[in-house]
This record gives sequence, C-alpha cells and structure tokens, in this order.
Amino acid sequence: MTTTFTSAIEAALRNPASARANKLIVYLTAGDPTLHDTGELMAAIARGGADLIELGVPFSDPMADGPVIQRASERAVRSGAALAAIIERLADWRRAIGVPVILFSYYNPILQYGLERFSRALSQTGAEGALVVDLSPEEAEPYAATMRAARLDTVFLASPTSTDERLARIARLSAGFVYLISRPGVTGEKADFSSAVPPLVKRVRQFTDLPLAVGFGLSTPEQVRQVQSLADAAVVGSAVVRAIEDRYPTEGKAGIERFVRWLKTGVGSEPQ
Amino acid sequence: MPFARTNPDEHGRFGEFGGRYVPETLMHPVEELEKAYETARQDPAFQTEFKDLLRNYAGRPTPLFHARRLTEYAGGAQIFLKREDLLHTGAHKINNCLGQALLARRMNKTRLVAETGAGQHGVGTATVAALLGLECVVYMGSEDMARQAPNVFRMRLLGAEVIPVSSGSKTLKDAINEAMRDWVTNVENTHYLLGSVLGPHPYPVMVRDFHRVIGEEARRQILDAAGRLPHLLVACVGGGSNSIGLFYEFIPDAGVEMIGVEAGGRGRELGEHAARFDGGKPGVLHGSYTYVLQTADGLISNTHSVSAGLDYPAVGPEHAALFRSGRAEYTRASDAEALEAARLLARLEGIIPALESAHAVAEVLKRARRLPADSIAIVNISGRGDKDLGIFQGTS
Repeated sequence: MTTTFTSAIEAALRNPASARANKLIVYLTAGDPTLHDTGELMAAIARGGADLIELGVPFSDPMADGPVIQRASERAVRSGAALAAIIERLADWRRAIGVPVILFSYYNPILQYGLERFSRALSQTGAEGALVVDLSPEEAEPYAATMRAARLDTVFLASPTSTDERLARIARLSAGFVYLISRPGVTGEKADFSSAVPPLVKRVRQFTDLPLAVGFGLSTPEQVRQVQSLADAAVVGSAVVRAIEDRYPTEGKAGIERFVRWLKTGVGSEPQ
Repeated sequence: MPFARTNPDEHGRFGEFGGRYVPETLMHPVEELEKAYETARQDPAFQTEFKDLLRNYAGRPTPLFHARRLTEYAGGAQIFLKREDLLHTGAHKINNCLGQALLARRMNKTRLVAETGAGQHGVGTATVAALLGLECVVYMGSEDMARQAPNVFRMRLLGAEVIPVSSGSKTLKDAINEAMRDWVTNVENTHYLLGSVLGPHPYPVMVRDFHRVIGEEARRQILDAAGRLPHLLVACVGGGSNSIGLFYEFIPDAGVEMIGVEAGGRGRELGEHAARFDGGKPGVLHGSYTYVLQTADGLISNTHSVSAGLDYPAVGPEHAALFRSGRAEYTRASDAEALEAARLLARLEGIIPALESAHAVAEVLKRARRLPADSIAIVNISGRGDKDLGIFQGTS
C-alpha cells in the first residue's frame, strides 16, 4: 500500500541506486541473558553496522523458532523479561542508537497487553514498528489498523509456500519492509543457501515497491552478500543470538560488535 | 432457547473463537488441508472407506453399557458408560487417526507427524501409519514418556519413531510446538496428524467430525435401550475431542445437559491444574483463539494433572463457544478424585478407565446422586487404564 508518510524503516533500508545493496538487519531476544544487558547489546549491534534491529519479545511457546532462539527465549523468560518490562525500557534503548527498531513477537503477549495500548506505548518509545510472527494477514486487520493509526510500520512475512494471492495481501498490509522467509521451516542457521530465494524475491516484487529483506538460515557474510545481491537487506538472527550465548559471557559487548561488523563487512575470518 | 449445532464460519471461527494464527509458512499447508478435507468430506468413497475402517478395523460401534453397580453406588440417575475404551488401541483417538490418515494418503503425503500427551493419540497415529504404510514420527514430552512408558513401547513396536521433547514444561504443549516445527520444515511430504480439536482451522472442525460418531451412536443406543434421551452427558476435556464427539449430536436436544470435566490437578493456583474455564482467559495458542491458562504478560502457563492427556493449557475453540453460549457447562475434578473414581469403577464394574476418563466418572458420581432414579446419565469412558497402571501402583 502507499504510505502517506516517509517511513524511517523504509529510508534506512533503501540502498542508493549507484551502490550495491548492503543493508543488514540483526535480531536479538530482549532479556537474553537479562534486560540489563539488552540496551548495551543493541548499542553494540548498531555500532557493528546493523541498519535495523529486530528486538524479540520472549515467549513461552516459540513454535516458529529453532533451538537457538528457543534457548534465548527460555533464558529471557527465566530472567523475568516480558512485553510490559521491555516496553518500559525501550525508549531508553532506542534513544541511545541511531537505527530503527521493530519488535518481533508472538501474538498472545500483544493481545493480552491490548492492541491499542500496545501501539500507543510502542509509538511513545520511539520504536518504528512490529512483526507478529503468528499473526496471519487474515487475522491482522484490527492490529494493522491500530498500528497505522499510531504511525507504526507493520512488517509481515512472505514464504516460498505463499501463493500469489497471499503475497498480494501480505504486500498490501505491510509497511516499512516485507520479510521474506528463505525456506520453509523454523529459524536457525543453515550451511547452504536456499534456491527458493530468487523466485520469491521476484514474485513479491510484483506486488510492492517496499524494501525486501530476506532471513531464516543466514549465518555468514557470504550468505549475507548473496542475499544483498538479490534483495535490499539480509536478516541475521540465530547466528547473532548464538554469539550472545557463546561469546558475550567472555568477550562482552565488544565481542558482539565485532561479530556484527564481520557479518556486515565480511572482512577477515570469523572473529575468534 | 433452542441451540443449533455449531459450525465454524469461513474464517474458521466458532462465534469469536478459533481462527488461524500460524506463521505464514504454515498458511498454505493449512489452506491445502482445508480444501482436501472439504472435498473428502463430500466424497462418498472417502466416507465409505472411513466407515468401513471404523467398523472392521477399530471395532465400532462401541457398546453403551448400563453400569448398574455404579448406579446403585451413586444412588440416583441411571449411569450408562459409552465404551470408547474398547476400541482398537484403547481409546477414542483412533477415530480421528483413521480419518486423517486417509486424508493424508489422498494428499499424497508419505509421512505423518503427531504429538502425544498420554500416548493414546501417538499409539493411534503409529497404528494407522502401519496400516497404510506411512512413515511416522511422534513427539512426546520427556515427562510424559516417563509416566506413560507402556505407550512409548507400543509406538516403537508399531514402527514409529518417538522423539522426546525436553523444552518448556516437557509435556503436551511442548510436543505440539515440536510437531509444528517438524511440519513446517517437511511440509512437502508430511501431514501433521493433530490429535485433538485444537490448532488452526480446519483442525477443530475436522477432528470433531471424525469423532461425532461417538454421540451419533450413543443417541441411537440410548433411544433403543431406554426409549428416551439422557438428562446428562459427562466427558473429560483436555483438548476436548472425546467430549465434543459425544456432545455434538445432542446440541439441539434442549433437555440434555452437557458437562465437560477439566483437570483440577492438585490446587487452584496457576500451574497446579489444567482448568482453562476456571483459571484461564481468551488468548492465542497453537493457532487458535480460545481459553488459555496464562500469566498477566501473556506467557502460556505450565499446567499439572495426574493424567497426561488433560495436562494442557488451552481448550478447543468449539468448547469455548459452547461455554460462552452456556450450552455446555464445565467443571473440574482433582487428581485425587480421578484416582478414586478409577479405583471405584474397577471394583464395581470390572472396568479400569484411563485416568483422563476417570475425571468424568468422578463428576458423574457427584451429579447422579442429585438426580431422580428415572433419569439417565451417559459418561464417556474415552480410554482404558492399562497405560496408567504404573501411576495406580505409585499412588495406592
């Protein structure tokens, strides 16, 4: 759909016509390992070169996620992180960085918080939008309307299994960007690059001029660049969450910043 | 006020409940399933094969037994037992397994995945997979595998792979998460044989349709035996498949009260029971908007029940609609009451019920004694108790 205002997300993910695409979106789970760490991790990820941050709201039953993000979600729930506590701190976290932030959540926490209350509160934090992973376009009209009213972007998922009819509906409800799932399955790192991506990019492009981001399964700078040769942005989730699990305890936020910079620039080998 | 049988609208909603809350990757498979089911439902060849298997493989119709000694013990209404425990594999679950397996074959799927709590649905799925020559993977919470070990052996003997799930509460809800993850990854060749009236549309209506034969038989049988309709139907409610199977045919019969019995567990605090209509509120879990046990933050609560098959934080959306309209009533029976009722039925009638079904027996005893001797109560014995012998031993 045509938005009447210029979305900060759209602006952040647009690549200049003269240069090759190099936009990177990074996911992390809020409250992993604790809410105290999340602000510092977001700042480190932004310094490392992320163009947009997807901040995951931990959920008890993350059925779209693979083992790495499941573990992060469990750690975060154990540490007491939940939607209300995240929204309370999000304004501070967002203010400290120069890139847009969207929340990545399952629907039930938002539903219990209240749709209108959610969009109002989220808008007040300065964050730019949300992606609700188990909210299908069919069920999303009330959500999309309240989000639009609060001038927040609504990002929806497109899958290689989506029919053209579904892609048209997804494109119509999306604002900011469209998130293309690289392969059927759950989140998680994969060695090979899915052949489903090029045709999916082409199909979604028929229905929208919004920036297109591709995620699920990306974990190396090579895969990131492969995506950037096809779409506007690459999304890395599980690989960064695993770095938070493995490196953050010993290397601190500098280790995460190095890891994101490696993904973004591809210079050198994976930082040790 | 007259009640009509409930059917979902085109969005899969029973009133406000139900719907389709799944990641985009699952939307196409779910729509494909809906189309395939709609075609199969209207195909006489499909219905003929399904009915033939129900009769000659599963052992339908099941008896409706007048439990005279239990009736005498309760001292009130005449209690009749619908004997789903006598079906092949020992529970009503086989009805739905046969229906969905035939559908999977129609859709050219070669692999079945399923979740299981008590193991009855897993055994049912492993059984129909063997019957139709399909590959079978069953996800089961590691806690449930320990407490329902005999069913784990049975599934493996039938050629199924049983995969332990150690995330979250290690019970049914976590097994469903894992089965959905498998399905979304292998959707090309795999059908998810969901075991209750849960999940995204069309599962709740499809699974109910495969079980409605329970109530169709019971209604005919009680009219034959007593010449009139029952005053009361009682069934346990986990996801709610055996109860909706019994209730559905009777919904327009205004004089028939329908009582669903949830797991009261060992206390009233969140986490100590699985009584969704008592301690839960509407929310979204596993693809459906329904009553869910959850925290104020919308995180799904852990549950407790002595019976693995009732140990689940959400309930089928059609039950939510029946609760909301007042057509059915929902109550709870505790672990202790269920264990006591199972022992009683064993000694008085020579029938060892599954601990799930024992919750319904506990409730019918309370209700029957408040009714006159010329009234009739039907209780669904949804499964047999062999799988629970270890629990009976541990609690005697």
